[in-house]
Amino acid sequence: MKRNFLLLAVITGVIAFLAVSCFKKNGTLQTKSGDGPVSYNFDIRPILSDKCYACHGPDAKKREAGLRLDVAESAYAKLKDGKGYAIFPGKPEQSEVYKRITSVDPSYQMPTPESHLGLLNENEIGLVKKWIEQGAKYEKHWAFTTPVLPAVPEVSSEDWPKNEIDHFVLQKMEGVGLSPNEEADKSHLLKRVALDLTGLPPTVEMQKKFEADGGEKAYEKIVDELLAQKTYGEKMAIYWLDVARYADSYGYQDDEYRTQWPWRDWLINAFNKNLSYDQFLSWQIAGDMLPNANKEQVLATAFFRNHKYTEEGGVIPEEYRIEYNIDKTKTFSTGVLGLTVECAQCHDHKYDPISQEDYYRMFAFFNNSKEQGFEGDISRTKPAKMPVMTISDEEAKTLLKFINRPDTSKLMVSVLGDLDTLRPTHILNRGVYDAPGRVVTAAALPAVMKFDTIKLPQNRLGLAKWTTSKSNPLTARVFVNQIWQEFFGRGIVKSTGDFGMQGDLPTNPALLDWLAVDFMNHGWDIKRLVKQIVTSATYRQSAKITEEKLKADPDNIYLSHGPRYRLPAELVRDMVLSTSGLLNPKIGGPSVKPYQPKGLWEAATSGRGTLRTYQQDRGDALYRRGMYTFIKLTVPPPSMIIFDASNRDHCEIKRSKTNTPLQALVMLNDPTVLEASRVLAERMIVKSADVQANIRASFQRIVCRQPTEKEMKLLTEYYNSEASTFSKDKKHAFKVLNVGEYPHEPKVNEVQAAALMRVINALYNMEETITKS
Amino acid sequence: MEKPIFDFGINTTRRHFLSKLSLGLGSAALGSLLIPDLFKGGGGDAGVDELMAGLPHFAPKAKRVIYLFQNGAPSQLDLFDYKPMLNKMHGQDLPESIRGTQRLTGMTANQAKFPLAGSIFNFKQHGKSGAWMSELLPHMASIADDLCIIKTLNTEAINHDPALTFFQTGAQVGNRPSFGSWLSYGLGSENQNLPGFCVLLSRGKGNGQGVYSKLWTNGFLDSVHQGVQFSSGENPVLYLNDPDGMDRTQRRKMLDNLAELNQGTYNEFGDPEITAKVQQYEMAFRMQTAVPEITDMSKEPESIVKMYGPECLVPGTYAANCLLARKLSEQGVRFVQLYHQGWDSHGGLPTEIKGQCMDVDQASAALITDLKQRGLLDETLVIWGGEFGRTNYCQGTLTKDNYGRDHHPRAFTVWMAGGGVKPGIVYGETDEFGYNIVKDPVHVHDFHATILNQLGLDHEKLVFKHQGRRYRLTDVAGKLVKGIIA
Repeated sequence: MKRNFLLLAVITGVIAFLAVSCFKKNGTLQTKSGDGPVSYNFDIRPILSDKCYACHGPDAKKREAGLRLDVAESAYAKLKDGKGYAIFPGKPEQSEVYKRITSVDPSYQMPTPESHLGLLNENEIGLVKKWIEQGAKYEKHWAFTTPVLPAVPEVSSEDWPKNEIDHFVLQKMEGVGLSPNEEADKSHLLKRVALDLTGLPPTVEMQKKFEADGGEKAYEKIVDELLAQKTYGEKMAIYWLDVARYADSYGYQDDEYRTQWPWRDWLINAFNKNLSYDQFLSWQIAGDMLPNANKEQVLATAFFRNHKYTEEGGVIPEEYRIEYNIDKTKTFSTGVLGLTVECAQCHDHKYDPISQEDYYRMFAFFNNSKEQGFEGDISRTKPAKMPVMTISDEEAKTLLKFINRPDTSKLMVSVLGDLDTLRPTHILNRGVYDAPGRVVTAAALPAVMKFDTIKLPQNRLGLAKWTTSKSNPLTARVFVNQIWQEFFGRGIVKSTGDFGMQGDLPTNPALLDWLAVDFMNHGWDIKRLVKQIVTSATYRQSAKITEEKLKADPDNIYLSHGPRYRLPAELVRDMVLSTSGLLNPKIGGPSVKPYQPKGLWEAATSGRGTLRTYQQDRGDALYRRGMYTFIKLTVPPPSMIIFDASNRDHCEIKRSKTNTPLQALVMLNDPTVLEASRVLAERMIVKSADVQANIRASFQRIVCRQPTEKEMKLLTEYYNSEASTFSKDKKHAFKVLNVGEYPHEPKVNEVQAAALMRVINALYNMEETITKS
Repeated sequence: MEKPIFDFGINTTRRHFLSKLSLGLGSAALGSLLIPDLFKGGGGDAGVDELMAGLPHFAPKAKRVIYLFQNGAPSQLDLFDYKPMLNKMHGQDLPESIRGTQRLTGMTANQAKFPLAGSIFNFKQHGKSGAWMSELLPHMASIADDLCIIKTLNTEAINHDPALTFFQTGAQVGNRPSFGSWLSYGLGSENQNLPGFCVLLSRGKGNGQGVYSKLWTNGFLDSVHQGVQFSSGENPVLYLNDPDGMDRTQRRKMLDNLAELNQGTYNEFGDPEITAKVQQYEMAFRMQTAVPEITDMSKEPESIVKMYGPECLVPGTYAANCLLARKLSEQGVRFVQLYHQGWDSHGGLPTEIKGQCMDVDQASAALITDLKQRGLLDETLVIWGGEFGRTNYCQGTLTKDNYGRDHHPRAFTVWMAGGGVKPGIVYGETDEFGYNIVKDPVHVHDFHATILNQLGLDHEKLVFKHQGRRYRLTDVAGKLVKGIIA
């Protein structure tokens, strides 16, 4: 332990020193300056919510001293013990809250030491004081008020903005004395936008064409071209697959195969045909209930059926039926509304005004399904669970022609479908299936927006209408924020899945609202939104980070440089396959099983079911895009997980971005990367023996720019030294080339190919290669 | 000093930190596997402030954990919890007054009768505490004075998946971080070349239940805290081995070239993530040497092989994993998690459990003895047990010498050794039917709270803020089991 203490002490010391130095400098960027009114929503609520609401908030059962600080009437009222007021507007010294947060007496101070919430810091105390002085005005939580279109702000550098987004961004930047970077050079910009829109790096032809086009509209033209590609739908689908916790098996212990993939094919197609977001949601929430619903609309509801499903013998069906509905409720609230409501499953929410009753009323929308909790153990497995939709060959040729499979016999998908009669929904005490309480009817969260039972049916169709109403304060905000995160690496609201009171505040609230309202006003048009973002000057900035900017704004909250992030897991694979020429561009169809380290499924299986052993695919199925890699829930594909992909166990709206030695090992030793290096090297060598030209061409394919002279020199020397090693021992070269199932080029010079393969493998391992910058 | 640290904690990021410091601090600061995740990357919500408040929270008694998980649930009634009453009443129905309102699994809920099944195995008392153990565990019996046997573990789940998930993550459902991930997050790793949380799998011949990688998931913590699964195949860690034809010198040369290429990118973009990447490649390079050294059993002296049994030389067996666990732990790996499958004896229990005990008895005891002789037992907490227990009544047909047992969550036995728990004691009591607890219950949350305590962590303070809520391993419960703490 000594060593750790020591290390901690050293780090602590350095941090303390740094903290003093940079906190002073950054003070203006990070905290509110001394003057001006204090905002309840932006300054005070985060403090009260984090430090007080757990005991003095919405949860009636946990409320201490009968005191509630989240609503004005209660906070202003005389305290229950009759001694004064919690908050006395205008007079901090007479407010119990202020007295207690500034107290040093452990028996009196708040938060109490036992709560482990920590005391307020000086800055926070100062804000609370000023807020009380200014009248302690409460406001409705910002995210629960309907957004209105803000005016586009004036900025001083008028020649920089390319569209409205830039006005909002620049105004913030100017406010803190930052200025935007120059536009990224053409090669980096093209790589960035191609990866963001299609998930694939630009081809060499595209690079050359864009480089040669000196026209003013060159960039816009390329954006339109990319948006029109079918690969756009694949790229967009990836994040929604995380939201939808899509997988190819049932999860739980035996983890048998299931076929939800036709829904995934629908999803890709929905993005490609640019289905408007309100319809996109309506179909997935209630496609089966739409008037004259067609099969495509019913298929969309499979979104809610991607949850795990148990086939463990001996379970109690009702326990699991409830569990599946809890999962659906979570997916809806987190993925669509950007709220965490799970707490209210067992008790009133501690931070947000969501009661346990509210929770079960929302739960009730999903509780009338024909779904069962258990359909038998794995010996009676089927690839879909009731209610099920089957797809005929005829339908796959017409209405559902996006389903990529020639033979659809026995193809079935789990979808939504309700009972004809109403199954009563109970509030479940402590959230437990066998402790039913009062019966409630279906309604959406009143804190967000009233669910008008006169105008809306109390079923999923009503929920869909409520969700896609232009008055709903969350739906559009949450979505544009999610899309923003896709392009900039972090949302305007950083906590993408929590727009509640404990969530992060928007770093640019006016921009968020402008995007949301503009999006709704233009028919919830997703492609338009995406185009708006990628054509903004904000997006087009160079990603270079100067010392000054790094110091002033390490998180790039003010967006004074372009985004620079490592690619998501699926795209790392796509990058390798596409630049080597191995990529099989087929869209959709059943998931595939590419190379995977031996023994993983076998080590973890119960020994039952068709997925107990990993049956690797052969031929061109080995070269499909990362999003088609088979996801067995109990053993998700390792190279994906190592690069932070979701394990698809639950709805996820944000992946972490780590940098680990295991990632290095994948890029160095995964046969996929080695095979791609080998295949590209062999193809090059067969065409030409010109070392310099081959290195240059590989570099341009893989890194998507011309190499510098320094890089050329280094890589050429590396090539020469490897070639000289291999020429002494041709068997060695053969050994190196002997990787992967893809056929070798005939008559290839093995020494040259092996040396070039080493160079290419180094290129794949460059940080820049798997980074959008 | 605490104040500025706190401020820094909420206002900094990994990027910022790296840009200021680590270019000089060297590999130590960059191995996220090495230090606690003080400087989170882009993902997840900041939970930094709490962590910065000082870890560990108090002086730890244990530095490391080895958890020998007996997957499928061993029968406490045939191993530790001696109940002669069951033999006396063999074949008679479990009195309803004892069964109470306990919910039963779908496998026995519809049985017309619940005939009690006495163990066919002989029990004897061992060690100073006089702990009862059956003849199936002669080696464990021989180290009874080192064991802290808890007879009163209890859980809420009645099926494998939720019960396992509960033990490993503190919740029956949900994508929560596993125990080992919490420790990696809270305490980091002591070794620069090895992951802080390693997972080893093995399987016996008994009825098996799968394991799932969500049991060693990082949940909402950064993925650097995920358990790294070791395998007995050609790659002890996924993707570890260099491909054919790549020797160490060539790999070194490649990495040097790569570092130079990446330096060029850094010069242009100034992004500290680039330098971090170079450092991760260096750690990967070191792991490539460190891991094979540690998984190589060929240099183990004969005395060790004898102690663990000959199976310890067969990769992938429980015995080999016990030996590997000792080696990893010795090298500073914070949490070594073993799973041994095959304990789910719904029928044919006497035969199945014999095989399972053959697999685990000697090696489990050897691990304790081995740690002890190296002076490591004091600082290493070893845990042995399953996800629930088994019923005192028979599932299926009961005969004189054959029976099966269903899942029993209400009371079951787990033992611990080392790491500041009292040696040579038996804690807690069940009733004469072994069905209900009559003294000193230990809930899963209490169990977690106590283990964290031994590692110097206050289970109420080890928190991570995610989507607006402070999460703990012990959720909102957990009491220290003071009676087992030395």
